[in-house]
Amino acid sequence: MHGAPQLILLLVVLSDLAVLGTTRLSSCIRIVAGQGLLLGLLPLLLAPHLSVHAVSLAVGTVVVKAIVLPWFLMWAIREAAVRREVEPLVGFIASQLLGALAVALAFAISSRLPLREVQHELLVPVSLATLMIGFIVLTTRRKALTQVVGYLILENGIYLFGLTHAERVPFLIEVGVLLDIFVGVFIMGIVVFHINREFDSLDSTRLRELAD
Amino acid sequence: MRLLALCGIPLVTALAVLGLPVFRGRRVPVALLGAAAVAHLALVTSLWAIPAPPTLGGWLAADPLGLTVLTVTSVLFLVTVTYVVGYLRHDRPRSGQVFAGCLLAFLAAASVVALAHHLAILWVGMEATTLSVAPLVFLRRDRRSLEATWKYLVISSVGIALALLGTFFLASAQVDIAGRPLVLPDLLAHARELHPAWLRAAFLFLLVGFGTKMGLAPMHTWKPDTYGEAPSLVSGLMAGALTGCAFLGVARVTEVVMAAGLEQFAQPVLIGFGLLSLAVAAAFIIGQGDVKRLLAYSSVEHMGLLVLGLGLGGVGAYGSMLHLVNNGLAKGWVFLVTGNVVLATGSATAAGNRGLIRTLPVSAALLVLGLFAVTGSPPFGLFMSEFTLLRAAIDAGHPWIAAIMLLALAVIFVGMAALVLGIALGAPPPGAVPVRESPWLVAGPMVLAAAVLMLGVYIPGPLHEVLTRAAVALGGRGP
Repeated sequence: MHGAPQLILLLVVLSDLAVLGTTRLSSCIRIVAGQGLLLGLLPLLLAPHLSVHAVSLAVGTVVVKAIVLPWFLMWAIREAAVRREVEPLVGFIASQLLGALAVALAFAISSRLPLREVQHELLVPVSLATLMIGFIVLTTRRKALTQVVGYLILENGIYLFGLTHAERVPFLIEVGVLLDIFVGVFIMGIVVFHINREFDSLDSTRLRELAD
Repeated sequence: MRLLALCGIPLVTALAVLGLPVFRGRRVPVALLGAAAVAHLALVTSLWAIPAPPTLGGWLAADPLGLTVLTVTSVLFLVTVTYVVGYLRHDRPRSGQVFAGCLLAFLAAASVVALAHHLAILWVGMEATTLSVAPLVFLRRDRRSLEATWKYLVISSVGIALALLGTFFLASAQVDIAGRPLVLPDLLAHARELHPAWLRAAFLFLLVGFGTKMGLAPMHTWKPDTYGEAPSLVSGLMAGALTGCAFLGVARVTEVVMAAGLEQFAQPVLIGFGLLSLAVAAAFIIGQGDVKRLLAYSSVEHMGLLVLGLGLGGVGAYGSMLHLVNNGLAKGWVFLVTGNVVLATGSATAAGNRGLIRTLPVSAALLVLGLFAVTGSPPFGLFMSEFTLLRAAIDAGHPWIAAIMLLALAVIFVGMAALVLGIALGAPPPGAVPVRESPWLVAGPMVLAAAVLMLGVYIPGPLHEVLTRAAVALGGRGP
């Protein structure tokens, strides 16, 4: 079982980079759903033995991150008749280069951190890389909906870091965190829906009325 | 039991309002809001008389820091609910269900934050406060409020995500030492054994994360838009109560860092954020044309003063705690009377208003008094707390910090006075007639004003004791 978590973590990094290079919004959401599925598998593979805790965390993660939220974002695209392209502020090649840089930086930082969890040595660098790439998506894409995707990737990165403590943090708290993220994305989705109706586009750069 | 009830009563009421079909439609269940607010304040008052033991295995407890934040929140919430009675006669939210449900959900989430002694629970509550307020910012459902809601949601969510990472870092600092992960008393008891590198990282991420929610510069950009576009009573709750909760998040990690003996590392960072916030507020207050945006920058200033006090240590910690109370009550007061101006004239900008003292005498008088209170003039409570902070700067051997503070406060006073006096005094536009002001709309602000005035002259014994104990927990001392 030792190789399986490594493989999944590598797939997570690949999915991060894939989001940066994808031109279609719906494909971005599919990739993030796939990432949610990968994240759901990790607690099962990392736990020393299959506990109720690990199984419920896995199920909760898959339901929220791989099924409900992607479905809801797809619904928002359809209902709000969003144009299908991602429309980046920074080109696709440039953002993939930035992403690669983020991965390199993540590994460089992690190698200097005082880490004790040697058996999952990829967990922390992959978590930091995902976090930074989520931030890149959040800041370099024009559409409000793509920014929600970026926020989800950012949260996935933090979730990965949280897995280093999965056995030590009580289940109740994990439920609370998942619920908060769920409601957060839900409210963002509603606002996105209204932005599209009011502005006829999900372009957040048009939100420019308020300034000093 | 009482601690659970403090979170449970508003939570159950919120879920009932949001879930039951009886509450659909535009009608706002004011009686229910009032009942929940009174019950909450009664429970909080009972905590002052008879302390409650920690519950849920120590996850919830009312220590001096939390009790202070909880009390400010509870008082402000009850005052806001009385204001809602008068507000509804002028303006009806599109959905009474969302309005009342979100207000109650905010009270529940803020109570969780105030009582949480498990830092992950604190995070869950903090995120819930962000989410419960977002639909309230969007209450008017027009383009401007939509833009404000979006900025608020995105910036706060990223901030709070960084705080979650900081919370995990704190758990990493705790690996291999005794104590339950992220439980505050255990963290404090073994603070010296915490891994210093992880602890430093945790402190920075939590400060930036919760600092975003406080509205410290340079993470304050959402604040003027949000406070400017949200209904004034919501802005008042955010500026008075929600910022207090966010400050509590910063204060909790400061407690741990101070107990670990890392004050050499933490204090300059806190002082830096504090001074930057003061400078940014002073720069943007000059020439501001909208009272609500002006108050938002004033809130940036006061958040800066709060972390500055933590950074100065010593008597500064006491100053911060006192300032938390003063600022919470004063911001509620000023935002509510600004709301009266908006209800009567449609806006609170310099362009549309002049001579309000003639047309809206009570609210305008309260607004002018509020100007003096918020800028820290004697005899109001904020003068006392700002004076304590100045003393702390000099005690700590940083007279230059005191000088920067005084300069910023002076600039802010001039900027605020120019706008507020400009709309309050002078001759009203021709044809303007005096408006009858409902007692519901002015009674709440008057009560808050009386409280802020009292705190400037006399601090009740129990409050002084609680603030002193909170200051000691933060590595400082009482005056």
